[in-house]
Amino acid sequence: MRPLLLVEHAARKLDGPLLFLQRTLDVGLGDAVDIRGRDGRARFGRIAAIDQDLLTIEVLESTAGLDLPHTVVRFRGEPLSFQLGPGVLGRVFNGVGQVIDGGPPIAAQSRYPIDGLPMNPVARALPRDFIETGISAIDVLNSLVRGQKLPIFSGGGLPHDRLASAIASHARLRSGASGEFAIVFCGIGLPHDSAEHFRRVLEQSGALERCAMFLNLASDSSTQRLLTPRYALTAAEYLAFVEGKHVLVIMTDMTNYCEALREVSSSKGEIPARKGYPGYLYSDLATLYERAGCLRGRPGTLTQLSILTMPADDIGHPIPDLTGYITEGQIVLSRELNRRGISPPISVLPSLSRLAKDGTGGDYTHPDHPALASQLYAAYARAVQTRVLASVVGEEGLAGTDRRYLSFGQAFETQFLHQDGPRTLEQSMALGWRVLASLPPQELTRLSDAQIAEHLSTAPA
Amino acid sequence: MSARALIQWIAGPVLRARCEGPFALRESVSVGAHGLLGEVVRIDGDDILVQVYEDTTGLRPGIEVIGSGLPLAVQLGPALLGGMFDGLLRPLGGRDVAYVQPGSQHAGTAVEFELLPRVSIGSNILGGQLIAEVWRADFPHQRVFSPPDAAGEVIAIATAGRYLDDAIICRLRAADGSEYRIAMRQAWPVRTPRPVGRRLQTTAPMLTGQRIIDSLFPVALGGKAAIPGGFGTGKTVLLEALARGCSADVVIYLGCGERGNEIAGVLEEFPTLIDPRNGRPLMERMVIIANTSNMPVAAREASIYSAVTVAEYFRDQGLHVALMADSTSRWAEALREVSGRFGELPGEGGYPAYLASRLADFYERAALVETLGGDTGSVTLIGAISPPSGDFSEPVTNHTKRYVKAFWMLDSKRAQARFYPAVHPLHSYAEDAQDFVAWWAAEGCDTWWTLRQRFLALLEEQARLERMARIIGKDALPARQQLTLFNAELMNESFLRQSAFSAVDRVAVPAKQGAMMRMLARWMDLSLNALSDGVELTRIAELPCLRPLARMGEEIANDDLLRFRQLQTRMEAEFAALTATRGGRDAHVAPATAAGGPPGRSDVYVATGSAADDRDVHVAPTGDNHASTAAG
Repeated sequence: MRPLLLVEHAARKLDGPLLFLQRTLDVGLGDAVDIRGRDGRARFGRIAAIDQDLLTIEVLESTAGLDLPHTVVRFRGEPLSFQLGPGVLGRVFNGVGQVIDGGPPIAAQSRYPIDGLPMNPVARALPRDFIETGISAIDVLNSLVRGQKLPIFSGGGLPHDRLASAIASHARLRSGASGEFAIVFCGIGLPHDSAEHFRRVLEQSGALERCAMFLNLASDSSTQRLLTPRYALTAAEYLAFVEGKHVLVIMTDMTNYCEALREVSSSKGEIPARKGYPGYLYSDLATLYERAGCLRGRPGTLTQLSILTMPADDIGHPIPDLTGYITEGQIVLSRELNRRGISPPISVLPSLSRLAKDGTGGDYTHPDHPALASQLYAAYARAVQTRVLASVVGEEGLAGTDRRYLSFGQAFETQFLHQDGPRTLEQSMALGWRVLASLPPQELTRLSDAQIAEHLSTAPA
Repeated sequence: MSARALIQWIAGPVLRARCEGPFALRESVSVGAHGLLGEVVRIDGDDILVQVYEDTTGLRPGIEVIGSGLPLAVQLGPALLGGMFDGLLRPLGGRDVAYVQPGSQHAGTAVEFELLPRVSIGSNILGGQLIAEVWRADFPHQRVFSPPDAAGEVIAIATAGRYLDDAIICRLRAADGSEYRIAMRQAWPVRTPRPVGRRLQTTAPMLTGQRIIDSLFPVALGGKAAIPGGFGTGKTVLLEALARGCSADVVIYLGCGERGNEIAGVLEEFPTLIDPRNGRPLMERMVIIANTSNMPVAAREASIYSAVTVAEYFRDQGLHVALMADSTSRWAEALREVSGRFGELPGEGGYPAYLASRLADFYERAALVETLGGDTGSVTLIGAISPPSGDFSEPVTNHTKRYVKAFWMLDSKRAQARFYPAVHPLHSYAEDAQDFVAWWAAEGCDTWWTLRQRFLALLEEQARLERMARIIGKDALPARQQLTLFNAELMNESFLRQSAFSAVDRVAVPAKQGAMMRMLARWMDLSLNALSDGVELTRIAELPCLRPLARMGEEIANDDLLRFRQLQTRMEAEFAALTATRGGRDAHVAPATAAGGPPGRSDVYVATGSAADDRDVHVAPTGDNHASTAAG
């Protein structure tokens, strides 16, 4: 570590979260700095750009109260890093990795740069095996696989917070000891009451002890918001690849992250691309999402479930659009289902888990799981289309089979999608078979005769 | 003596440095103690602007930039086959190297090859001439040629034996007395196309094994094709299917800004696959270049040039090469990102104004050529495009359309109905198709062009009738038009739909495709005749031969084509029986939807969009379990 350098009287300009400093020494891009203002408060930041004459520093806390003459900057001489060691689980951190639960600091064993390094694609292991979330629409139809990154596309006013806390409380591995499973919860730009809600729910369900929480509140500075997922993912990587746990990272809400990126980018004077977001939004999101995965020869895995609210429910907006191109599928929430009281309101048809085939079936869940998912999918697609038809010709004008599809669609939504509490995979699958039983067997083309005989023969036709 | 400069200014992957010696535009440079690779992109007085291909965190003003005196080049050699590389063609380390460290990658350790010389001392050779044959372990033989710019008298040549690929194996003395040293591994600047003897007119398609492509929208050997599709429409699955099944000798698979887990999937799957043509592992004819979305963005910009340079290197050995680039949109975005860092004025969609010319440069490197050595080789380029929010009017799709000859548009409605490959037959095209009539005739299908026209016309008619049916209801259509809809549906189901995961159907040879086309055409003739003979549509729709007909792709293997003849005999017989009993109004009371599709399927044509939308797809609930395996 190089000696710390102190610079006084060099501040030239303050603009939003940015501090411009006369360049009097050579420091590295991305290096961390501490800033002390007239008020004596220490803030920290990092070097965002280096110009011929000026250093641009992103101040990671509020810049209110800083002035030019009295600002003292101390250069740490290395990029931001996070000191981690055993005992991360059960703790609550703020958005920049400082303990805020009143307990002692983490006993640091090593420092890890928060930006991480890209995983060598050759060293990646293909994600395999299943994580049970307790949500039927995810577990049966769009299964989450260890090492996958699967976002939830939501909208303002939809119950994504409830879904996230339900998953955080009840998610589990089907095989292996429960001690191998850990959750990193990363709240980005959360309102204070949502943050409290998450904390309370996790405490009540007892999940807090296997969970590390990173909370960046809506009132924290937007530059800090850019760092929260990086601190959380660094902790998750530590848990997964050093401690060997299976880590599920829940990040909410990624839209706040992207908004912060836009804000900081525009105050740096960068040329905007789509909708004012910087041209590097895709690459920047990828540096977060791509940190999910499994590495050959290491026991742990890192799975991401990130939540974003689609601005104006527009799935073509740059944030969901670019996210969908990086992640392995998406779970889409529907306002219509929500209005009808279906909870969680997961819209099954546009949802997709690209890796489900690698984490379901005999080796991981149940041999008939993929066929059941495929059949439920096909039948529900047909039911939705029949509904459109019925809205044109009227329900009376439908053939008998079509009417059975209509009632299947209804049962699927109210019994299978809707759930009042967590379900095990077995319960979810049993429900799936039960709703399918309302359809005539000759319609179930994606099931083998043996599967029909085993799962549907006893059910009433 | 290489030039030196000192960093003044850094922003992301771009830095400016004050020169203390001459730098050339596009010269490759090495930055700092780790030797990060960069390239000079602008010279302004004493300042140079450098694009750095690795993570620049920790760089600071005052650090040295050292010029190499050479343009950005990649190392080409026989060790490429079967390998995995980053965007600048440096090996991606071993499987034990968990993370990609900046500056840690080098050209790779030398690999030993068996060598057999093909020239003798004293002979005069020119650039691009064969000098040796090399091979290692189980891999196929490769040939080593003199670099395109070398010429002279051979003054030394290695004897048969084992050599490292970076050892000098041949020395030439040029006319001006200078000496030229040749190793198996040769550098070539990525942005310069490798020279060729001459370009040839192409008359053959590159086979992909995909029916909708080979039969309806073929791409020429040495041609260029684009696959645009929103996320989840199956771009990656289609590209991987092409990589497995195409008729090229060498396949370069470029994962440009895509998912790390997908590369892991390719790595897991491809080594286990066997090339159907020679029974050898498929990896032996593949080169994988991966710059995942979290790897440095500037290297993504360069990766497309690295990949096409590798393709040209194999082409110059007289091989047919296919380059699959997934995806060119990520490359264009990298261009945009780097351009923004230079402070250039953005053009359409924020992309730099030179996007179109860069795309043109890339696609122009596709060709069927006579190499300098006199062989015939080709580079076929297939680029996936990921248009933002599935909007096909965006700049990358639009400009690409101007340069490619084959355009395979993936349709999200088809993909949502799990109809794969989701290539939309009405929005796709192949400009070269008519050039392949003679080739298909030589393959034993002299009616190919007529059949193709007929199929396309049928699909067009289907779209028109479906629009009409949406307004007046399908039952109100005349019987003949209902039959047209039925036949179009059958064609979609049996011919255009093809499972990338089915062992039998993942690759269809041209003979099978031709047989299937003729079979369907015959069905259309027979069914139309039967209808005009007064047979009811419901009875045609109940013929037992329909099920094997709808499943013929899945049931009949490439080497079992005689079964098509049996199927046809059966079909003819059933129609004959039908017409013989016509008028006999027997007890067949068909359910209301029976005329809508082949048996075993229970579809309805449903308008899910507005009446103006002609892209609705029939939904096909039967078939394999694709429900959760779509990919983009």
